[in-house]
Amino acid sequence: MTVSTEILRRTPLYALHLELGGKIVPFAGYEMPVQYPAGILKEHLHTRAKAGLFDVSHMGQGFLSGDVGALERITPADVAGLKDGMQRYGLLLTPTGNIKDDFMFSRLVSEADLYLVVNAGGKETDFAYINDALKGVTKVTPRFDRALLALQGPAAEAVLARHAPDVAALTFMKVIRTTVAGAPAIVSRTGYTGEDGYEISVEGADAERVARTLLAEPEVLPIGLGARDSLRLEAGLCLYGHDIDDTINPAQAALLWSIGKRRKEAKDFPGAEKTMGGNPVKKLVGIRPEGRAPAREGAEIVADGRVIGRITSGGFGPSVNAPIAMGYVETVYAAAGTKLELMVRGQALPAQVAPMPFVPHTYKR
Amino acid sequence: MSETRYTDQHEWVRLDGDSATIGITKFAAEQLGDVVYVELPAKGKAVKAGAEAAVVESVKAASEVYAPVSGEVTGANDALSAEPSKVNEDPEGAGWFFKLKLADAAEFSKLMDAAAYAEFTKGL
Repeated sequence: MTVSTEILRRTPLYALHLELGGKIVPFAGYEMPVQYPAGILKEHLHTRAKAGLFDVSHMGQGFLSGDVGALERITPADVAGLKDGMQRYGLLLTPTGNIKDDFMFSRLVSEADLYLVVNAGGKETDFAYINDALKGVTKVTPRFDRALLALQGPAAEAVLARHAPDVAALTFMKVIRTTVAGAPAIVSRTGYTGEDGYEISVEGADAERVARTLLAEPEVLPIGLGARDSLRLEAGLCLYGHDIDDTINPAQAALLWSIGKRRKEAKDFPGAEKTMGGNPVKKLVGIRPEGRAPAREGAEIVADGRVIGRITSGGFGPSVNAPIAMGYVETVYAAAGTKLELMVRGQALPAQVAPMPFVPHTYKR
Repeated sequence: MSETRYTDQHEWVRLDGDSATIGITKFAAEQLGDVVYVELPAKGKAVKAGAEAAVVESVKAASEVYAPVSGEVTGANDALSAEPSKVNEDPEGAGWFFKLKLADAAEFSKLMDAAAYAEFTKGL
């Protein structure tokens, strides 16, 4: 018997997860459903076919007030250039220019504050880091009491528009304040599955009612963390703490697209010289094992008879119907089609570098 | 007349004469979730009780399958490579993993019977 000293938190939807038969596991300090009775495969495929509802309330929401443009001191994203009603993906950088976290930031129409969403695992330290780095200039007020739901899949628009008609007009990365089933909400046309869909931020007290309203729609199934992980891996999206962390810079992680053009030219962010200084020594790539055996996180990547990298996320892609992975390789081996071997249980499995995403994104542009 | 016994690692073994058929229990299959890949031992391989003999992978994770008894592998359920979902659909029937020729009958009788295993899983 193991006695855990960690006190796990629960989201406002915890009771609903239990009622729906969710299998609860510890994740990023929370008790979260890894799957529901349908199981990971069905939940994954259902999300790509119709619509899935995810509880992502463990993620860290907050509002940045003051001179919000000062955030550019610790992110290479273009904050100043973000237009009203738009959300953007950004990287929070350490003083040396490695990735402290990745996050989303939104400029809500006619509001001075920026709405932020950071990963669950580092939300306290992220906000403390921002407040410390930008002391006296700008300040984050955490709103960890708010809930965050993601409705993802081709039926997401039809479903959500029944309860919030104005969301139909949004395109990818747009964000509005509206009401969903009567509850005040911040709704963005975003997500982390590669599918079209929305993320819906509501007060904790409204979360269960909104979730039940959406789950009552015939197209919607509840989806756990297991399928969330396989969906994001197929979509070629990085998971912090696995594919990116504070030993990796944006160039290595193939995330230079998240750096604003103005910022690339000005090189005015931590580690800019190194990040913009040409080919990194290693690079994150997509990998397709040739057989049926998945290669998991930690598996060594071999080429020319020596270890040239390591898998950082790997598993089975239900929509691809084959094993898929991502990992870092020495940059000379990063071209699509490069033959590799993956060490799984002492055997070398043939694999090759593959373009990502593994499943095309279906964002509504 | 065949008899089925169970391990605390959630394998089942069904004995017909000296032929033992091995798989993972319904409890294990439910815990694992959707099985997407199975790696089976080669015919002729000698396995020892308690040693790793096969691998079963779900979407989420890989798990080892241990040989409940010692013996020589006489066959494997090759249908699982094309249809690993059989492990979830019928774990204690069509989802069997491999067969072996039992080396030591005493190893078999030491394992849990159905009632003892049911009691064991209740406590988990």
